[in-house]
Amino acid sequence: MAEDGKQERDRPWIMRTYSGHSTAAASNALYRTNLAKGQTGLSVAFDLPTQTGYDADDPLARGEVGKVGVPVSHIGDMRALFDGLPLDQMNTSMTINATAVWLLSLYVAVAEEQGVDPSVLRGTTQNDIIKEYLSRGTHIFPPAPSMRLITDLITYTVDEVPKWNPINICSYHLQEAGATPTQELAYALVTAIGVLDAVKATGRVPESEFGTVVGRMSFFVNAGIRFVEELCKMRAFVELWDRVTRERYGVTDPKQRRFRYGVQVNSLGLTEQQPENNVIRIVLEMLAVTLSKDARARAIQLPAWNEALGLPRPWDQQWSLRAQQILAYESDLLEYADLFKGSEVVEANTQRLVDSAWAEVQEVLKRGGAVEAVENGYIKQRLVESNAARLRAIENGDQVVVGVNKYVEGAPSPLTENLDDAILTVDPEVDANQREALGHWKLERDGAAVAKALAELQRVANTDENMMIASIAAAHAGVTTGEWANTLRQVWGEYRAPTGVAGATVKASGSGASAEVIDRLRARLSDLETRMGRRAKLLVGKPGLDGHSNGAEQIAIKARDVGFDVVYEGIRVSPEQIVASALEEGVHLIGLSILSGSHLALVPEVAERLRAAGLGDVPLVVGGIIPDADAERLRREGIAAVYTPKDFELDNIMSDLIDLVDRQHAAE
Amino acid sequence: MPPSDLSDDARLVMSADKAAVSRALNLVEDRRSDAHARVTGLLAALKDAPKAAAGHRVGLTGPPGVGKSTLTSTLARSVRRRDRTVGVVAVDPSSIRSGGSLLGDRARMSFDPSDAGLFVRSLATAGEVGGLAYAANSAVRVLAAAYDIVVIETTGVGQSEIDIVHVADTVVLVIQPGSGDVLQFLKAGIMEIPDILVVNKADHDELAQRAVADLRGALRTAHAAGAGGGRDADWETPIIATSATKGTGIDALIDALDAHRQHLDATLPARRRQGEVQWTLDLFSRKHGEHGLATLGGVARLKARAERDLAGGDTPLGLCEHLSREYVSALGKTP
Repeated sequence: MAEDGKQERDRPWIMRTYSGHSTAAASNALYRTNLAKGQTGLSVAFDLPTQTGYDADDPLARGEVGKVGVPVSHIGDMRALFDGLPLDQMNTSMTINATAVWLLSLYVAVAEEQGVDPSVLRGTTQNDIIKEYLSRGTHIFPPAPSMRLITDLITYTVDEVPKWNPINICSYHLQEAGATPTQELAYALVTAIGVLDAVKATGRVPESEFGTVVGRMSFFVNAGIRFVEELCKMRAFVELWDRVTRERYGVTDPKQRRFRYGVQVNSLGLTEQQPENNVIRIVLEMLAVTLSKDARARAIQLPAWNEALGLPRPWDQQWSLRAQQILAYESDLLEYADLFKGSEVVEANTQRLVDSAWAEVQEVLKRGGAVEAVENGYIKQRLVESNAARLRAIENGDQVVVGVNKYVEGAPSPLTENLDDAILTVDPEVDANQREALGHWKLERDGAAVAKALAELQRVANTDENMMIASIAAAHAGVTTGEWANTLRQVWGEYRAPTGVAGATVKASGSGASAEVIDRLRARLSDLETRMGRRAKLLVGKPGLDGHSNGAEQIAIKARDVGFDVVYEGIRVSPEQIVASALEEGVHLIGLSILSGSHLALVPEVAERLRAAGLGDVPLVVGGIIPDADAERLRREGIAAVYTPKDFELDNIMSDLIDLVDRQHAAE
Repeated sequence: MPPSDLSDDARLVMSADKAAVSRALNLVEDRRSDAHARVTGLLAALKDAPKAAAGHRVGLTGPPGVGKSTLTSTLARSVRRRDRTVGVVAVDPSSIRSGGSLLGDRARMSFDPSDAGLFVRSLATAGEVGGLAYAANSAVRVLAAAYDIVVIETTGVGQSEIDIVHVADTVVLVIQPGSGDVLQFLKAGIMEIPDILVVNKADHDELAQRAVADLRGALRTAHAAGAGGGRDADWETPIIATSATKGTGIDALIDALDAHRQHLDATLPARRRQGEVQWTLDLFSRKHGEHGLATLGGVARLKARAERDLAGGDTPLGLCEHLSREYVSALGKTP
């Protein structure tokens, strides 16, 4: 190393773009272009039916096929997805959790078809169910069988696919659910501990080889806009993981104790207002995970500037990829040793995070560990509370968001001049095409082989044998994603995770103007109660397969705090269920939250069913990532109000909702 | 909503028409004074519904977090499989500050939305000290006219489970392994012994067996200390281990519920009458307080009066109205 700290240039991190949509063939074309642009790894986004174990022809998949990712229903789809992409040369990250065992099985089966020995495969399965229960919402099974699937995948790959990262412990989604840096560190670590303890409990890994398992653990981390604190958070992760692996698991090889992580920087903080500013946010957030050589990300994927508006186009994703390439190849960052070793500020901040996170780790372990703290709602409730505090800070201006609550005036952006062209729209025919193709697939495969494979899956599910082997055999036999998941649903049942909202305590808005607003809203609802004879009752529904429940949760809590009686049903309720609940509960108002882009299919369906049930006069409002043109159309079809991320002032939304109930009451 | 003919509505409720049941529940929640007469009329019309007399009202209570909603959901589905219909009232607390509430029970329940034989209504306590919602008593009567089994689910150990005795034929107390405080309450006689005890979350055999054994011990201690067998000395409280998430023990719980209903058969009208007497007095004292009770001759006299009038066909709400008028006119006579 030279005097000035310069050294031989480091190898850059793996650069990916989280992508996939419409069909396997369309996504394959996208992957080929991305690789041609200099992307060094693939990151597969699956659609929600694939993530939650439904085939395209399942009623629950309506409107969701090909929307937020690619549908993969069987080995034929997986084959098409990687057509012409030799799997021995790919490094593929798959964002897949409840059905991770199945998708990896399809991947391994396609490798075998390509003549590639599975032992050379490289990549990652996300495979972290804990954060699905807490934030992302694509879980299927109860905690015990879910942990079993996780450990099955881990123990299988450690033996058979040794370069595979079997799990990506996700703190990413915890931050999106509202976690503070301390909580993000703590809950990711207790999840990792829960998983490693579960692997140990299987007895499949000899004590002497446990370090290998620990060495295969990797993390998927978020980086927000407070990038100095985030930089310290990454350094704290390194230190804490070293401590856990050394003290709890007695790992002696420093390489196996290394904190290996990938990053997607924060999508939640991206704004719909002045969306071009998001490029700057994305770059600053990337600095947090790259500047420290001692805590640098292994792989990075950046969101696109227009994600708050809708689905990004290839050009939008390319812009984010270029940001990575400029930092890695143009700048001199990779020529230096760690920049912050010895920095008092960075070291003190890191230490503060290490200490506070360690205390929270102990708190959760005292409560029985991650799984227990999910089941009894402890972690979820803490996250819901933090998120409410965050939103309140933005609403009252304590946390500045440029273009949103400060410096909101500006010249119109030429980038969004034609808003409908500034995002990607998925061909509405995708749904029907995929259903039709699936029909053909089912006709043409060997039915007896499928039945046999499913029977074997069912048998293994009732034992403690590894699910991977039976799943790979099922993949070769032509079994579909829905069949695989339904077979296991029959054995293990399904799980509805705690919502965390009922017990969440939110600090009163304090004093001053915001307290007065709340008081005024409460007084209006009390007055309305006197006039209507009963308290205004709001149903908050989350139709479709999208599990991102933060918005729905925050609306539910806020509505309770201004005085509504709120019925909240949790995620993944069908339009039929929403209408049945509205009828049985006698609600005055219904709010739907949809972030997956399936609003044009789901909202009109709920409205139609309400009319059929004689509830056509109950006002219906919608919130979500809804492009202007769609919002216009929904309003024309009688939806009372449409809210998008730019409506960050919850008090205003509450005031609207009270107006709606009041007006409806006056009309009766 | 436009006012509709009460007797038509009552008929529709008895045929378990969901829209009518929902309207009736909206009405019993309505606190405007002009709604009272309609509620009184509706409940009187539903009083002798065939389902109401033959049915079973089950109160499910216990500390927070023991899995009551999930248990209710699993229980309801199993009851439906036995071809009986179910109505559920789930009571949640209201926020004292805002008056609002988060009614989260549905989030733990998974039902077939097209099932006409299952109905769930969430109610907020709306600041009622008793722990039961203002309208819960009336709501149970509406559902009892429409469904074979009515489950009323409330949270808490203490006041609410005392209230629930007055509305339920069978009181089920749900706890989980390690609920030490409940054991202490039972032993000390602070808590009434329920008709059925459920140890939920009995996923681990060993823990569950220990919890059941502990409860047996606590019940023995309570009996030795002179506590009665609930409201009924001839009934030995069964202890049932369930896992609502796995669905185990649910059939045993249904069998125990049926056994208790059968056990009650002869005494049920009297038991329900006692509940109605208590409800009448609660309603009246909530409105007029100690002074009201004293002015009309005290609790014992009012109880006797209520027993007579209710036996004569009056309803608790109707009787409470009469008593209110008597109190107001008595007030006018005192200087």
